[in-house]
Amino acid sequence: MTSHVLLSISGLHKAFGGLIAVNQMQFDICEGEIIGLLGPNGSGKTTVINLISGALSPNDGKVVLDGKDITNLPAHKISHAGIARTFQLVRILPDLDCIENIEAGLAYRTKPLWGHDAHTAAYELLERIGLEKHAHTPAGDLTYIDQKRLELGRALALQPKLLLLDEWLAGLNPSELQDGITLVRKLKHEGLTIIMVEHVMDAIRSLCDRCVVMNAGAKIADGSPDAVLSDGEVIRAYLGDSHA
Amino acid sequence: MFSYAVFSGITLGGMYALVAMGLTLQYGVSRIMNLAYGELVIVASFVAYILMTTLGINPIVGLLIIIPASFALNWIIYRILLTPLVARAKNRGMLEVDSILATFGLLFIVQGILLVWFGGNYYSYDFMNNAVDVFGAAIAANRLVALGFAVVIGLGFYLVLTRTRIGTALRAVAVDPTSARLVAIDVNFASCFAFALGGAMAAVGGVLVSMFLTFSTSMGVVFTMKALIVVIMGGVGNMLGALVAGLILGVAESLVATYVDPGLTIAITYVIFLLVLLIKPSGLFGRSSS
Amino acid sequence: MSILTADTLKPIAIGAVIFAALAFLPSLVDNYYMSLAISVASFAVLATAWSMFSGPTRYISLATVVFFGIGAYTVAVLGELMPFALVLVCAGLVGTVIALLVGFSTLRLAGVYFVIFTFGLTELVRQVVSWHEVNVTREMGRYVFLDITQNDIYWQLLALFAVLLLTGFILGRSRLGFALRIIGEDETVAKHCGIDVTRIKIALFVLSALFMTLTGAIMAPRWTYIDPVIAFNPMLSFQVVIMALLGGPRRLLGPLLGVIPLTLLFEVLTANFPNHFSILLGCVFMVIVYLLPNGVIGLYEKYRPPKKRSHTPNSTKSGETPA
Repeated sequence: MTSHVLLSISGLHKAFGGLIAVNQMQFDICEGEIIGLLGPNGSGKTTVINLISGALSPNDGKVVLDGKDITNLPAHKISHAGIARTFQLVRILPDLDCIENIEAGLAYRTKPLWGHDAHTAAYELLERIGLEKHAHTPAGDLTYIDQKRLELGRALALQPKLLLLDEWLAGLNPSELQDGITLVRKLKHEGLTIIMVEHVMDAIRSLCDRCVVMNAGAKIADGSPDAVLSDGEVIRAYLGDSHA
Repeated sequence: MFSYAVFSGITLGGMYALVAMGLTLQYGVSRIMNLAYGELVIVASFVAYILMTTLGINPIVGLLIIIPASFALNWIIYRILLTPLVARAKNRGMLEVDSILATFGLLFIVQGILLVWFGGNYYSYDFMNNAVDVFGAAIAANRLVALGFAVVIGLGFYLVLTRTRIGTALRAVAVDPTSARLVAIDVNFASCFAFALGGAMAAVGGVLVSMFLTFSTSMGVVFTMKALIVVIMGGVGNMLGALVAGLILGVAESLVATYVDPGLTIAITYVIFLLVLLIKPSGLFGRSSS
Repeated sequence: MSILTADTLKPIAIGAVIFAALAFLPSLVDNYYMSLAISVASFAVLATAWSMFSGPTRYISLATVVFFGIGAYTVAVLGELMPFALVLVCAGLVGTVIALLVGFSTLRLAGVYFVIFTFGLTELVRQVVSWHEVNVTREMGRYVFLDITQNDIYWQLLALFAVLLLTGFILGRSRLGFALRIIGEDETVAKHCGIDVTRIKIALFVLSALFMTLTGAIMAPRWTYIDPVIAFNPMLSFQVVIMALLGGPRRLLGPLLGVIPLTLLFEVLTANFPNHFSILLGCVFMVIVYLLPNGVIGLYEKYRPPKKRSHTPNSTKSGETPA
C-alpha cells in the first residue's frame, strides 16, 4: 500500500500515577483504511482513543494528522483538525431532540452550519442513519441502538477525515449488530478512514483492513485480521499461556 | 521577631492542617462539599468559651465533651439533611451541586443563630496565657498546648485511617464507592462516619483555636475558605498534603501579618490559591488524573 | 439567521409594551412602593444575570455581591469626577476585568474550583478594599452625593433589565446559546463537537458579571453612604441564588418568578424579624433546595399537560420539517 498516510502515532506514552496505560504505542493509518484496535480489557485501547481525540494528553509521543502535529491540542481543536469520535459508553445529549443532537455536530465545526441550513443538513443526516422519524424525539427516549446511531450521526456531522469508534458495536443483539455492520460498511465505501476499538470478531473480520493488537499498554501485533488473530502472542494475551 | 512569626505561623498552620483534614475526609469520602464547615469550627470555639467562662471547665477537658457531641451533631446533620441529597443525586456532580447549595443555606442558619446569641463582637478568654521561651521567642503557653494537641490528634487520626478496619473502609470508599460496595463495605455508613469524624475534627480545631485567637461569629467563612484551599493544595484526600499545605499557608500568613500588614492575610491566602490553580490544580501531592 | 422573524417579533413586541407600561409606574404609586419596585428591579437583573451563566453551566457563582459592590464603589470613587454615563462605562470595565481574571484562573478547571474561588472572593475583595481605604485614603466609608432621584434609578434599572432580557433572548437563539445548552448537557461531548468550552464559559461569566456590576453602579446613589461592609454584604449573593433557584435558572424568565415573591418576603422579614433574617432566609433556602430542586418552572413543566415539548429556541423547528 503506497497511499497517503492520514494519521501517524509514534512513541505514545501515558501513565496514570504509577499505572502505565499506554506504552510506546505506534502505528500509521492510510487514507480510506479501517483498522481494528484490539486487545484484552484494560490493555489501553480506550486510552489510545482518548489520546488521539484530545480527551487526554500524552506524557510523551506524537500524534500527527495529515502532516500536522496535533499532540497536546485541546479536544475542540482536534475536532476542528478533522477527528470525530463516539464513546465507549454512549453519550448523547438526552434533553435535546435528535435534530438538535446532530446540529450540535454541525454548528461548531470548521465550516459551521446554523439556522435553516443546519436544520436541512441535520435532517438529511438523520435519514442517512435511519432516524428521520425520530427527528423531534428527545434523544434520551431513544432505544440503545438508536442512541448509538445518533451518536454516530453526530460524529459524521463533523465531516471528519478520521472517525474513532470506541466499541460502537458492543451491546447490540444479533440483528442490530448486522444493521450496525452494514452502516459502518457504507461509511467505508464512502471512503472514510476509521479506527474501531472492537471485541466483536465477526465485525472485525468483515470490516477491518488491518488490526493493531494491544496488551498491557503496548502494541503486540499489527497486520491483516486473519494473520493477527492466529498470532501466538495475541492468543496468549487473550487466553493465557496454555492455549498458545 | 522572625522566629516568633515563624512559630506562630506553624501553630496557625497546624490548626489549618487539622481543620482541613476533617474537610478532606468529608469531601473525599462522603463527597459532600461542605460550605458550612467553618461555621462548625466557630460553634466549637463558642462552646469552649461558654464552658470556660460560665462553668470554669478548661478547653482541654472541654474537648472530652465537645468531640463526642460534635461527632453526634454531624452524624445527625448527615442523616437528616444530606442523606436525601445523596439518595436523589444521579452522579457525583449532582451531589456536589446539591451539597454546595444545602450547606450554603446551613451556613446562613448557623451564622444567624450565632449572631442572635453572641452578636458581632470579638470574643476571647484567658487560658494558660503565660509566656514560655522557645528558641529565644516568647510564646504563649496556650499556643504550645494547642499545637501539641493538634499534633497528637492529627497523628491519632492518621493512625485510625491507615491502621484500623474502619479507616481502611473509609479509604476504600474515597477511592471508589462502587467497588467498595462489592467488597461488602457499607458505603452509606462509611460516608456518614467520615462526615461525622470530619465534623469532630472541625470542632477540635475550633476549640484549640479559641485558646489563643480572638474569634467572632463571622469568621466561619474564612475558616471554610482556608480549609478548602489547604485541601486543594494538598490534594483531595491526602492527609500528608493537608499537613504541608496547612503549614505553608499558616507561615505565609503569619509572615505577611508581621512584616507587611495584618489586613492582607486573606490576600496572601488567595495569592497562594491562585498559584496552585494556575500551576498545579491537582494539588502538591495530588495525582494528575484525567 | 435573522432575529426579526415573525416568530421572534411577537415576544419582543409584547416585552416592549410591558416595559413601556412599567415605565409609568412612578406616576402611579408613592415612595414606599417605588422603593419596593427598585428592589424588585435590581434583584430581577441580578438573578437573571446570575442564571444566564449558572443555569446552563451549573457552575454556582457565590460572588454576585463582588461585582455589585465593585459597581457601587466605582460610583462612590468616580461619581463626582465625571458624567454618570461615563462612570457606568468605567464600572463596567472594572467589573469585566475582574470577571476575566476570575474566569481565566478557574473556568478551565472543574466547577468546584470555581465555586470555592467565588465563595471566598467576597471576603477577599472586602478586606482588600478596607485595607486600601484605611492605608491609602485613610477614611473608611464614602459619601455618594449625586443628583439622581429614586425615579431615575428605577428607570435605569428597568432599561438595564430590558437590555438583559433582550440579550438573553437573542442568546437563546444563537449558536453561542446552543453551545451553552450542549455544555450543560455534556461537557465532554461539547468539546468533541468542536466547542471551545472554556472560552464560552468565560464569555458568559463576564457578560453576567457585567450586568451585576452595572446594577451595583446604578443602585449606589440610593445609599448616600457606603463602606466595604455595606457594599460587599455576602447576604446579597445568597439572596440572588435563592431567587434564581426558586424561579428556575434554566429559563430566561424563570428567575423572575422567584424574584417577585421573595423580594416581598424579604421585605416582610426584614421589617418584622430583623435579627432573625439570616436564619429564616437559610430555612427558606433549604426548603427550596429540598422541595423544588428545579424551581417553580420545573414544577410547572412537570405537571403541565403532556403537550409535546415546544422547547426553547430554533424557530425553524416546528414550522418546516422537510417532507
